[in-house]
Amino acid sequence: MHEYSIVQSLIERVEHEAVARGAKRVVRLWVRLGELSGVEPDLLATAYDTFREHTICEGAPMELDRIAAAWACSRCGGELPSNVTDALRCPRCHAPATLVAGDEILLSRIEMEVPDV
Amino acid sequence: MCDTCGCGDTKIVPVDVHDRILAGNDRQARHNREHFAMDGVLAINLMGSPGAGKTALLEATARALAGKKRLGAISGDLATDHDAERLRRAGIPSIGITTGSACHLDAEMIHHALHDPPWERVDCLFVENVGNLVCPAIYDLGQRCNVVALSVTEGVDKPLKYPVMFQRADLVLLTKMDLLPHLEDVSVAAIRDALARVMPDPRMIAVSARTGAGIGEWAGWLEALG
Repeated sequence: MHEYSIVQSLIERVEHEAVARGAKRVVRLWVRLGELSGVEPDLLATAYDTFREHTICEGAPMELDRIAAAWACSRCGGELPSNVTDALRCPRCHAPATLVAGDEILLSRIEMEVPDV
Repeated sequence: MCDTCGCGDTKIVPVDVHDRILAGNDRQARHNREHFAMDGVLAINLMGSPGAGKTALLEATARALAGKKRLGAISGDLATDHDAERLRRAGIPSIGITTGSACHLDAEMIHHALHDPPWERVDCLFVENVGNLVCPAIYDLGQRCNVVALSVTEGVDKPLKYPVMFQRADLVLLTKMDLLPHLEDVSVAAIRDALARVMPDPRMIAVSARTGAGIGEWAGWLEALG
């Protein structure tokens, strides 16, 4: 259940950004989560809802963008079929594939209420 | 005109961050990596299920590398210091980290542990992570390599069930090979096939800590890293 420790890091990061901008409250935040990130979206959402009480994120829903895994050939750069269930090698030159998307655990955007100056 | 009258009006603004949530851990891991590089320490993050044979593997490694490499270990478990004690009896200076309820080690725990014994006099430092095929995979500790111990008794489809752990492994050690003759449904070829579906460039060494089979090849893999 590392989702709880991820939420802790997430809230600390949001607090840091909010304080730096003199925000009065955080309205909403967006998180990008890769299919191969090792983080379970539902568990992360539950952990977030549990831990955001009494923090700056209390009134801020979290939007989760899920990113599918994508592999490309390490030699020719060609993309592997998205539904690859076979060996992770290029169908053309047989070189090992490289993960090009799908391991993200990113805080992408925070919407916050700041003084209108 | 709240900037002049001070009425306290606010506005809602979007702030693009686009940063890894674990950026704090990543920073600490980079710092650990600098320590290891400065002291010439090869740090290995050894992961695997509870009972995969990680401690027995390190005991066998100590026998194979006696007089050749100075080994050290940091051993993580939710409770007890048993693994670190076993490793000390095997001649590996070790400290245990008890994580309480935490299911993984993170870079800060490792940094804290580095303050105690003289790690700079060690050639190879094993971090024996908490037994778990999920959480430890996503925390960089500052290691050079990830090694995953997978025992033959865990079933051939383990890599398919836990793809993230195996995708991030530089090497898989297939442990408890001495038990293979007792397992009708398990074949090394099937495990190798499962690994190829989640690891782009699968590297696997089959070992038995009990008989010593494959331990020489594993020791050679370590020595080749310097």
